[in-house]
Amino acid sequence: MSEELDTGFFADWLRAAATAIDREAAHLTELDSPIGDADHGSNLQRGFTAVQTALAKEPQETPGALLLFTGRQLISTVGGASGPLYGTLLRRTGKALGDAAAVPLPELAAALRGAADAVAQLGGAAPGDATMLDALYPALDALDAGSAPGDAFPAAARAAAEGAEATVPMQARKGRASYLGERSVGHEDPGAASTALLFEALATAYGEGA
Amino acid sequence: MAGGEQVGIVLVSHSSEVADSAAQLARELGGGEAAPVVGAGGAAGGGTGTSSERIAEAAHAVDSGAGVALLADLGSAVLTVKSLLAEGDQLPEPARLVDAPLVEGAIAAAVTASGGADLDAVAAAAEEAYQYRKV
Repeated sequence: MSEELDTGFFADWLRAAATAIDREAAHLTELDSPIGDADHGSNLQRGFTAVQTALAKEPQETPGALLLFTGRQLISTVGGASGPLYGTLLRRTGKALGDAAAVPLPELAAALRGAADAVAQLGGAAPGDATMLDALYPALDALDAGSAPGDAFPAAARAAAEGAEATVPMQARKGRASYLGERSVGHEDPGAASTALLFEALATAYGEGA
Repeated sequence: MAGGEQVGIVLVSHSSEVADSAAQLARELGGGEAAPVVGAGGAAGGGTGTSSERIAEAAHAVDSGAGVALLADLGSAVLTVKSLLAEGDQLPEPARLVDAPLVEGAIAAAVTASGGADLDAVAAAAEEAYQYRKV
């Protein structure tokens, strides 16, 4: 694969994401049980499966169009807070990529960062609140530090996984978990865990395409 | 209002029963020419959650050209309405997420909308419901 990321790569990413979420759905729901409403895994599984079905019927021409389309599917099919949050992340990224046929790494990293800021604004959250942002921003820092997808994507996957683990001692300040106050401490945030899966899928998709 | 158009009101809750019952209550208390108030609650496949389709359908159903005020309970209900507004083409124009308590805000909005007030006034009335102290 060249250093420009084309539509095929992004389609591979979403397929790898759906596979990872299928594999981890029970675990995500288990994480969501003590602090949330025990639906994170099944919600994301429904959403990412619906994306695959919709893309099979309506393939998209560019990376930007693909991510816009996927974001809208997630907003309409997930049914929990993660739908609008991940939907916004992918839609904003897609919008920023415009109609380019292929995208270099720095452009993807910049688009994702702008989208992450939009997600933070939508949810009114900041890093340290025990949310998906605690996996997302470290992953984006790793993308910025990487010189090529081959090293940046695995580094981002590691950073996101570490970021998700780092939510365990945090007290949740957003969502249902925030009502638990100190009782939310000691639990990994399910949204941070699923964000780590998305970056794992990014590395997987690139590794398989290389 | 000259054309007799009233602001429509959509109540978004994780529970379809909560949304529909709050809407019924607001309609009953709304007064004579009651403005349209509908619930858009629960997940698409039934059960607890939020459905962007249900919200969009409800908003179009209550829209008569004067605008739509949406009130939501929490979490995904709020975020889904916000993301529908951000999409730009999913809800009637103008549509607004009103920062208000669901039940009390719905009643204030319904009474105000039934009197023919515009969207700004309906939203302001619903938001004022936060100021009503109970003790």
